[in-house]
Amino acid sequence: MPEPRTITVEVLRYQPAKGTNPYVDRWTIPYTEDMSVLQGLQYIKDTLDGSLTFRWSCRMAICGSCGMMIGGVPKLACRTFLRDLAPGPVRVEALAHFPIERDLVVDAEDFVGKLERIKPWIEPREPRTLEEGPYTQTPAQLARYESFSHCINCMLCYSACPQYGLNPDFLGPGLTALLHRYNSDSRDGASAERMQLVHSEEGVWSCTAVGYCSEVCPKQVDPANAVNVNKTASAIDWFARFLPGKR
Amino acid sequence: MALRRTYVRSMDGWWRRDPFFIHYMAREATAVFVVAYALILLAGVIRLSQGEAAFGEWLEGLANPWSIAFHVALCAIFAYHTWSWFRIMPKTMPPVVVGGRRLPGAAITALGLAAAAIASAAFVAFVAWLAS
Ligand code: SF4
Ligand code: FES
Repeated sequence: MPEPRTITVEVLRYQPAKGTNPYVDRWTIPYTEDMSVLQGLQYIKDTLDGSLTFRWSCRMAICGSCGMMIGGVPKLACRTFLRDLAPGPVRVEALAHFPIERDLVVDAEDFVGKLERIKPWIEPREPRTLEEGPYTQTPAQLARYESFSHCINCMLCYSACPQYGLNPDFLGPGLTALLHRYNSDSRDGASAERMQLVHSEEGVWSCTAVGYCSEVCPKQVDPANAVNVNKTASAIDWFARFLPGKR
Repeated sequence: MALRRTYVRSMDGWWRRDPFFIHYMAREATAVFVVAYALILLAGVIRLSQGEAAFGEWLEGLANPWSIAFHVALCAIFAYHTWSWFRIMPKTMPPVVVGGRRLPGAAITALGLAAAAIASAAFVAFVAWLAS
């Protein structure tokens, strides 16, 4: 039997009840070839320290709840493997740019509030009755927004965005991508409303094209593209006001 | 909710946190030199409007060894700036579809860099031709 391999996991902890600032805890744990960072944390919670707090659900990179800074980079803990981080130590911290609620759990209220504001649903361009049948779409129309619909709301891109860190009012990369997904949908009729958000102070003009958001996105959504394409759209809208026949 | 007390981490020195941010800051910093050089050229135009002698002085100033060293450094800085901007270019434009396929980002970057290289070479050739 080969010796079980071990790796040291360092976690930035924050326990508000203790009334102290964040501090670092270290554990050395055995790991196997197929163990993710999430499983490492679960091992710690189950056998070493039950107070360690983190979010997770699907364990398959689809629910978007296990985002954290791993080695300083925003990643999904369930999709990051301990073997790739050997010999360690593996440094784990709550997602950057969000307030820490407890240990690896961040306060996502800001994100969720903005999510509601972008109207993440289709407002039918023309209401249809049941008898009129479904709203149809061609493959080409689908292709216009499909990649942006892959977002899992994991917020990794927000931790990669210094502009969001410096100014939390910024709508940010992921939600702009989602907004763009609905605005680019041929069935939707609410884009004028959503564009108000795009134009606003907190909209796309807060972006300085750092571009790291698209690098860290686990779903290749390319939020930086959504933001920058909307800068063009916003500028065109603004100049269009001066054309004859416009308001 | 009494125990709910979130902790906000400081953003101090954020750009040193990740190599990606350092590259970003380098791109932004090199933009300052682009502006500076535009001002130097603008000064040349103003000197030209003041007559031949004034323009001659401006040209002499450019031939100074310090100025030449500055130009060599600027050349490297501009090359970095060009490269860093074309690298981000695919993110700034809507999908380019050629023959039913989406053009990959790397191809857009390569096209941009090629266009910059050709334009620079053509300009140098033009100036050399003028000088000869
Ligand atoms: S755009 Fe990507 S990184 Fe951002 S929230 Fe969506 S899936 Fe996550
Ligand atoms: S646990 Fe669902 S994305 Fe990681």
